[in-house]
Amino acid sequence: MSLDSATIRRIAKLARIRVEEGDVASLQDELNGILGWIEQLSEVDVEGVTPLTGGAQIALRLREDVVTDGNIPERILANAPDRVGEFFTVPKVVE
Amino acid sequence: MILTDFTIAGASEALRDKTFSARELTQAHIDAVEKLNPRLNAFITFTPDLAARQADAADAAIAAGKAGPLAGIPLAIKDLFCTEGVRTTAGSKILENFVPPYESTVSANLLRDGAVFLGKANLDEFAMGSSNMTSAFGVVENPWKRRHSDAALVPGGSSGGSAAAVSARIAMGATGTDTGGSIRQPAAFCGLAGIKPTYGRCSRWGVVAFASSLDQPGPFARTVRDCAILLSSMAGFDAKDSTSVNLPVPDFEAACHRGVKGLRIGVPLEYRNDNMPAEIETLWRRGLGWLRDSGAEIVDVSLPHTKYGLATYYIVAPAEASSNLARYDGVRFGLRQEGGHDLTDLYETTRAAGFGAEVKRRIMIGTYVLSAGYYDAYYLRAQKIRALILRDFTDAFAKVDALLTPTAPSAAFAQGEKMDDPVAMYLNDIFTVPASMAGVPAMSVPAGLDAQGLPLGLQVIGRPYDEETVFAVAQVMEDAAGFSACPSVIAGGRA
Repeated sequence: MSLDSATIRRIAKLARIRVEEGDVASLQDELNGILGWIEQLSEVDVEGVTPLTGGAQIALRLREDVVTDGNIPERILANAPDRVGEFFTVPKVVE
Repeated sequence: MILTDFTIAGASEALRDKTFSARELTQAHIDAVEKLNPRLNAFITFTPDLAARQADAADAAIAAGKAGPLAGIPLAIKDLFCTEGVRTTAGSKILENFVPPYESTVSANLLRDGAVFLGKANLDEFAMGSSNMTSAFGVVENPWKRRHSDAALVPGGSSGGSAAAVSARIAMGATGTDTGGSIRQPAAFCGLAGIKPTYGRCSRWGVVAFASSLDQPGPFARTVRDCAILLSSMAGFDAKDSTSVNLPVPDFEAACHRGVKGLRIGVPLEYRNDNMPAEIETLWRRGLGWLRDSGAEIVDVSLPHTKYGLATYYIVAPAEASSNLARYDGVRFGLRQEGGHDLTDLYETTRAAGFGAEVKRRIMIGTYVLSAGYYDAYYLRAQKIRALILRDFTDAFAKVDALLTPTAPSAAFAQGEKMDDPVAMYLNDIFTVPASMAGVPAMSVPAGLDAQGLPLGLQVIGRPYDEETVFAVAQVMEDAAGFSACPSVIAGGRA
């Protein structure tokens, strides 16, 4: 299966990465090269196999559902590209 | 003796004996970094003042008889580990100015034990690469050279700066992370020992995430024993990582001396293919011979699904990456690129400006394989094949104690090679990825030189949580190989 240019634009949109029109064709070639190579997996019989979801062969732990830290707004905001008081800022989203 | 030539084990002993001070040892490494790093580019951020202060603290601890196991040992920290107050970039423009307000668990463990941090080591952007060519902070030069050639070679990746620094002896050891081979392949390319422990052995807390079900920290060093010393410090249960395993950390250093007498070593037949260079095949046979001569029994085993490991990896890892890297949106930390008029513009322009080509490719592959209509065909199928790969290893380990394979399909290649076709670059990890998919420990040990004088590694793969056997086998290989060659670019100036 091969991705067309409209699909490349749709994936870029879903991934929230701006792709210039002039770059669509080369991305299309690269992604199709990778996906074409991945196609070999279709020959594997996976009937009845339980998918492996994680890296650890142990059950994940649970912990108490309680707050374990907090009251560190300055540390959290220290790397903010823009802030107002104790808030992150974003461009205006409501007119 | 030149201070930068010491092993970690040797330097620790000399520090305790007051043969030299931690400050002297660190200063020798600072001088070596200043001299060689402009060429190697192994460090993105160099922290000599911090290192000097840590060395003084180590000297004080040694004088007080309270020295930790790594007191005064100068290390390079892969720039994927968050270090409190020291810029952490992940090799990406999007984190160019990120200064973490916290310390990763692994680096905190090393500091607890008295280690000295020389700085943050270069890497492929977000650890995505096998050559260190994708770093936003420039390429890293492998200290090794082909005979009669001055061509700059890659150190491997993604932990390329870590490997180059230890190889050139401007650091005594380094941390790395391994998602599909990012410790083992650069270790092989730079003539070092490097281990990816069992998934869950080292905490991932504070390590910039790439593919969370695969990422695992581990050490680089010039000897197997030094790797064992470093891993003993780095490993351990951490409540802050939900996949951290709550098992005691064994005495890895003691395990190095166990020998291999009576062990059964498996040779996975599927790793042998027609494209394997004769030199690598010969080296592999030689390695098996060393183990046989030391009392191990060599047994053929089959891992029938390993040939699908790499393609499976290139679904699972990008899928997890596309999710993990969604956090870089220009709002809370990292680069912000004003985009126009709305929030979506801000996200899209920030991510377009902040991520490099390989990271964008992988995010897009991951986004696609997780998208509605394709999830079952790609992602779910990959998770099922991953289960089959794990089953292969489980079956093999019912018959043998460890496996021996080559680490990489070639020696280090030149900067710029394999750049036109992403898949050609991905094939570097063909021998390392299966152990990552199964979460089992695996270590690369330098085993010899190729015809051009470049180091080649062999990989020891062990049972889950049985790094001790991996170290035992690796130590026998190291002793038998007698690997003593040095790279061309090396602190102290010899070749």
